[in-house]
Amino acid sequence: MRRMSWFNVTSLTFGLAFLYLPMLLLIIYSFNESRLVTVWAGFSTKWYGELFQNEAFLDAALVTLKVGFFSATVATVLGTMAAWILVRGGKFFGRTLFSGMIYAPLVMPEVITGLSLLLLFIAIGMDRGVMTIVLAHTTFSMCYVSVVVSSRLVAFDKSMEEAALDLGCTPASAFFLVTLPLIAPAVLSGWLLAFTLSLDDLVIASFAAGPSSTTLPIKIFSSVRLGVTPEINALSTIMISIVAIGVITASLVTKQAIARAKRDEQKAIQDG
Amino acid sequence: MNMLRRTALILPPYLWLLMLFLVPFLIVFKISLSDIELAIPPYTPTYDPEKGIWDLLSQLDFENFIFLSEDSLYFKAYLSSLKIAIISTFLTLLVGFPIAWAMARAADHWRPTLMMLVILPFWTSFLIRVYAWKGILSQEGYLNQMLMNIGLISDPLVILNTNIAVYIGIVYTYLPFMVLPIYATLEKLDESLNEAAVDLGCTRTSAFWLVTLPLSKPGVIAGCFLVFIPALGEFVIPELLGGSNTLMIGKVLYQEFFSNRDWPVASAVAVILLLILIIPIILFQKNQEKQEAGQ
Amino acid sequence: MTSTDAAAVPADFAPWENADEKPLIEFQNVTKRFGDFTAIDNLNLQIYEREFFALLGPSGCGKTTLMRMLAGFETPTEGTILLGGQDMAPIPPNKRATNMMFQSYALFPHLSVADNIAFGLKRDGIPKADIDARVDEMIRLVQLGQFAKRKPHQISGGQRQRVALARSLAKAPKLLLLDEPLGALDKKLRQETQFELMDIQEKTGTTFVIVTHDQEEAMTVASRVAVMDHGKLIQVDTPAGIYENPNSTYVADFIGDVNILEGHAAKSDAGCQITWAEGQPAINSNCGTDLSGKVHFAIRPEKITVSADKPTDKPNVLQGKVHDIAYLGNISTYHVRLSNGQIIKAQSANNRRLSRRSFTWEDDVYLSFTDTAGVVLAE
Repeated sequence: MRRMSWFNVTSLTFGLAFLYLPMLLLIIYSFNESRLVTVWAGFSTKWYGELFQNEAFLDAALVTLKVGFFSATVATVLGTMAAWILVRGGKFFGRTLFSGMIYAPLVMPEVITGLSLLLLFIAIGMDRGVMTIVLAHTTFSMCYVSVVVSSRLVAFDKSMEEAALDLGCTPASAFFLVTLPLIAPAVLSGWLLAFTLSLDDLVIASFAAGPSSTTLPIKIFSSVRLGVTPEINALSTIMISIVAIGVITASLVTKQAIARAKRDEQKAIQDG
Repeated sequence: MNMLRRTALILPPYLWLLMLFLVPFLIVFKISLSDIELAIPPYTPTYDPEKGIWDLLSQLDFENFIFLSEDSLYFKAYLSSLKIAIISTFLTLLVGFPIAWAMARAADHWRPTLMMLVILPFWTSFLIRVYAWKGILSQEGYLNQMLMNIGLISDPLVILNTNIAVYIGIVYTYLPFMVLPIYATLEKLDESLNEAAVDLGCTRTSAFWLVTLPLSKPGVIAGCFLVFIPALGEFVIPELLGGSNTLMIGKVLYQEFFSNRDWPVASAVAVILLLILIIPIILFQKNQEKQEAGQ
Repeated sequence: MTSTDAAAVPADFAPWENADEKPLIEFQNVTKRFGDFTAIDNLNLQIYEREFFALLGPSGCGKTTLMRMLAGFETPTEGTILLGGQDMAPIPPNKRATNMMFQSYALFPHLSVADNIAFGLKRDGIPKADIDARVDEMIRLVQLGQFAKRKPHQISGGQRQRVALARSLAKAPKLLLLDEPLGALDKKLRQETQFELMDIQEKTGTTFVIVTHDQEEAMTVASRVAVMDHGKLIQVDTPAGIYENPNSTYVADFIGDVNILEGHAAKSDAGCQITWAEGQPAINSNCGTDLSGKVHFAIRPEKITVSADKPTDKPNVLQGKVHDIAYLGNISTYHVRLSNGQIIKAQSANNRRLSRRSFTWEDDVYLSFTDTAGVVLAE
């Protein structure tokens, strides 16, 4: 095993502290008794209680989840199709334009994407609400999904699909019986990414949302503009915990899967 | 039959992006060439099918862009955005490179965990991560409390609502974008390259400058673009952490649109921001292609 | 074919010599271009039922393209491919009576060994009981009984190769295509598997077309070998024919080890005489065709005898010094330098113990060969 130099240990420690201390402080002070968020006045969970009493927050959370679910699902379907076209589609009319439109939203400033979508919705006379947020989120997150899925498709052994065709599959059944099960992990992480991006988005949602539909980030933003509040700390703690539990579980599952694959391989070598 | 199937597969995502990505842009472009009007929608001309497209085109003009060039606020905002984006990209590189380096040097069984620790903040809400610094950097915040407690300062530092807070916010939120591409290139570097350099007479330090650093260039470039490009159009960080005199173009655009309701000017601001971004985006694309070609 | 027994191939199996025999596969003036690149260049070829046909050549010679056209993954730019007299062009891969064993095996990692083998059968809507019976039969054929429930990553490379073979044979195709089937195996396993492949081919009576860049493999398994280069067939013949009577220096050089001497041929009493270097005796050979002018004389190292004493009974004798000796255990290859600097390789079996060898480095030796040992080639 390689020994870590003191320099490397220090940079890792400081780097990780820099990444995690702010969130840690937020979590700690969400259990603060006092409304003055920066002065510790004893342990309390009362802000969580108040948070769950606050219907405006709960409504916004519901809207956010709804938008996240629908936009992530549509984005996953469209993004997977787009990835397949980019990797396996061959040449077609407007291919350069298509791949440009897939990659451009990834680097586009959110203010511009938001502004342009809002102007579109107004131009075609579409009422702004949950529907317009879903449309907006689907548009940019399908591009992320297609990047994730196409990186898997590129690594994917094309002869798998050919073998399926060779053994009598139609192109459609080859996709559903062979390709899809094998790229499923990428499709799933594409969905999760799209869902997270949707939950997280403030700027595009503020442009696309109407007065009647407020998402959680919009709600949080309008209250934190004025300053730090303990309810928001409590809400942040809940959101951070959900993500942390999700990511850690996912990485443990992957780690186990890798370990199992290694064991299997060793066994195969011994048997062979 | 095969053609038909392929077309059916290509059309939905293609049409979706045309309708919800390209067309909106054309609208922004058109409105940026229109006049403001106190109406809904607050601009003229609107497209009237009876008069035809030429009538519409004849009413377009560049006065919003002339307005932008005459009002120094916009020029300053563009410049200030560029400055903030460049400085914070550089700071992110300074913070991120040692972390990526240390990760690449860590023992094999530690690396997945370290990767996860760097990626995890990326999955948590951007807004919350920016917000967390409000409590730290304010005058009565945790940082000032700590510094005063250990007696380093007697009066609280003013950090929140200054450009320094914006730098900290950008470095903090975009750090994973810098660390991951650099780590990816450093991890692939063969340890024996360094050993060869030392064997040929380099010290460990000169081996770093002469071998490791030049070879990590693609990762560094990719990381810098991944931070610079979104930082340039950033809105949330200057809005929450910056002060009233922090000028960033994303913030100006937002205010122009929502507070002043001047859609044509907001659109013109967007068009120019896009033009400024095109160069780094193309450079970034070139860098990525070069890297892929190298593999 | 006269034999009715499906499991026996007659010893004199040579349908390509019979003008009445209908080929199973026929390439008629097939050309395949990818953009500006011509992968297959106006190619004509007949492959007969029950053949084990090898396509041999360096990478990029078009052998894989040829095979992929048979499978239906590529369509010819020009010309037709007939299978059993029927034009294959309009038939998609999933409707063809051919199956392919892929170089990467392309086993579906999410399916067990048995499910991989059953995959193609299920597509045909065969009753489940029949599928199970057929899968069992295939598993027995490749001796994988105890691994049926395992996933591909839980078995070894050699076992994966058998699963791939069983899967592609399960639908009893008229034609089985094998793309570098043994490329991923180590040398020892590869040699064992070559014999198994031949066994299975004989047992099932299927026509096999194999693509390989390994000449030894092609020589071992195939009834006929086609040597390809730059999208053209250079020579199609039995392994012995290719080795003993190569039609070009390319083939002679590609298959096995060879000495090639450039010279001028002239008619003589016993055949022809090739003058090839000043100060060296002309080579006597029985030129098969009327060759004259500039020719190449190709001779295999094992057909040249090395001796310390000058042989008197051989029509061709050259003198030189032992430059190098490569000891390979069963045989040794001597690199002998002639007085004009030319190095000639000669091989002899080590049927005596090493210490009793009568010559070593820098010794003067004689190289001798008969007038039928080499071939005279135009190019």
